[in-house]
Amino acid sequence: MSERGTGSGQPAPRRYPLPEEEIAARVRALESLLIEKGLLSSDAIDRVVSAYERDIGPLLGARVVARAWVDPEFRQRLLADATAACRELGIGGLQGEHMVCVENTPTVHNVVVCTLCSCYPWPVLGLPPNWYKSPAYRARIVIEPRRVLREDFGLDIPDSVEIRVWDSSAETRYFVLPERPPGTEGWTEEELASLVTREALIGVARVTVPEAARR
Amino acid sequence: MFRKGWHPSLLPGLAILTAAPGRCLYLGDLAGPLRKGRTMNGIHDLGGMHGLGPVVREENEPVFHADWERAVFAMMLYTMGKRLYNAAEFRHGIERMPPAHYLTARYYERWLHSLERNLVEKGIVSREELEERARQFLEDPAKPLPRREDPEFTAFLLQLVREGGQRSARLETPPRFQVGDRVRARNLHPPGHTRLARYVRGRQGTVAHVYDPWTFPDTHAHGQGRNPQYVYCVRFEARELWGESAEPNQAVYFDLWESYLEPAEGPTAPEREEKG
Repeated sequence: MSERGTGSGQPAPRRYPLPEEEIAARVRALESLLIEKGLLSSDAIDRVVSAYERDIGPLLGARVVARAWVDPEFRQRLLADATAACRELGIGGLQGEHMVCVENTPTVHNVVVCTLCSCYPWPVLGLPPNWYKSPAYRARIVIEPRRVLREDFGLDIPDSVEIRVWDSSAETRYFVLPERPPGTEGWTEEELASLVTREALIGVARVTVPEAARR
Repeated sequence: MFRKGWHPSLLPGLAILTAAPGRCLYLGDLAGPLRKGRTMNGIHDLGGMHGLGPVVREENEPVFHADWERAVFAMMLYTMGKRLYNAAEFRHGIERMPPAHYLTARYYERWLHSLERNLVEKGIVSREELEERARQFLEDPAKPLPRREDPEFTAFLLQLVREGGQRSARLETPPRFQVGDRVRARNLHPPGHTRLARYVRGRQGTVAHVYDPWTFPDTHAHGQGRNPQYVYCVRFEARELWGESAEPNQAVYFDLWESYLEPAEGPTAPEREEKG
């Protein structure tokens, strides 16, 4: 099937997915036009990208979790007002203007999604991975969370544990305070933070202690 | 909208899809008209859909996969920082993508689509100059980009990244609903952008949290003002949403602007079953 021209006077049909070269060319076209019009600067592209590639990511959320595990008063403040509690650690910003932290317990497991687009707490988690933004995750996690967690993430949540799915449909950005794994008594905050993954902060994994780190 | 043989179980990315001539064209198709106006009940509203396959994860996924993704991300922040359009308009730009394109697009390709559409609709770039320039870069991918520095605005953007942009509003009136109130998401199908997902429409739940008033996206996406309203986090039992096929012991918490809600009376689906 040809890309252009049907001979009927109708516009040509499109084939999807679009070739990546075409997308890259369109992006450079827009970039060059905006720069010429004074509506984009090269230094801004570099600096903003660098902030999210180097500085703002799930390591920050891991620090918040570790602090909550070792400091019960901080944990209380985090669950009451996550935005303010994160600010205490110098963590906050775009797409985290109003954050809520939901706590996993032996009877409740929380998991976060945005079914309508890709809302995500950037200041504690950075930019979301592709799977979080994928149609499959967004469609399924609200209707069959137990199955998705088991089959797609290898996380078995027994029926006795309530699953709460948080669909970030407005301005609140949710993240999960996972359960502290057993066998980590006496660990430092830094050691604890090294165990906390992005997946645990979204609620699709538990925090576990790797074999090598067990004492 | 689609040719015969299209089936959602083939998605995403497995099938090469073809939109029918004259309808639902990608912006790149200069030859054809854009799908104009507003889209309601769009493909983006995915909650509860079946047939989209497994969740595919990438090991050690990078933040960006290519330079063009970096550029799209930065262009969005920059142009929104310049207030050329707002977040609701940006989302609505994505929601108006042809469904076949939406489902097969790379993530930042959706952003590119909305960037182009918003910048063209606001008259900031013309469709013609964009297409002409895109043709040049397709023919010569090594063609250098112009450089421009703007340290002052770059500093402003970095401050925005660190400190955030959006702020909740204040209203003189008190919230209509309180924690514990039984509410129903109204069965609305508004023409245009909305954050009222299909899977909660008409369903009953209980108010779990009352949040500050925030800009109402349904009007803000269409140049009709911010009109802030209180936002409620509502707990919906899975049985209420999904009926008999619901998994056991599950609930969904969904945030809803006040005008999406009405008071509810009577029991929810799980309560009816307990009594019956």
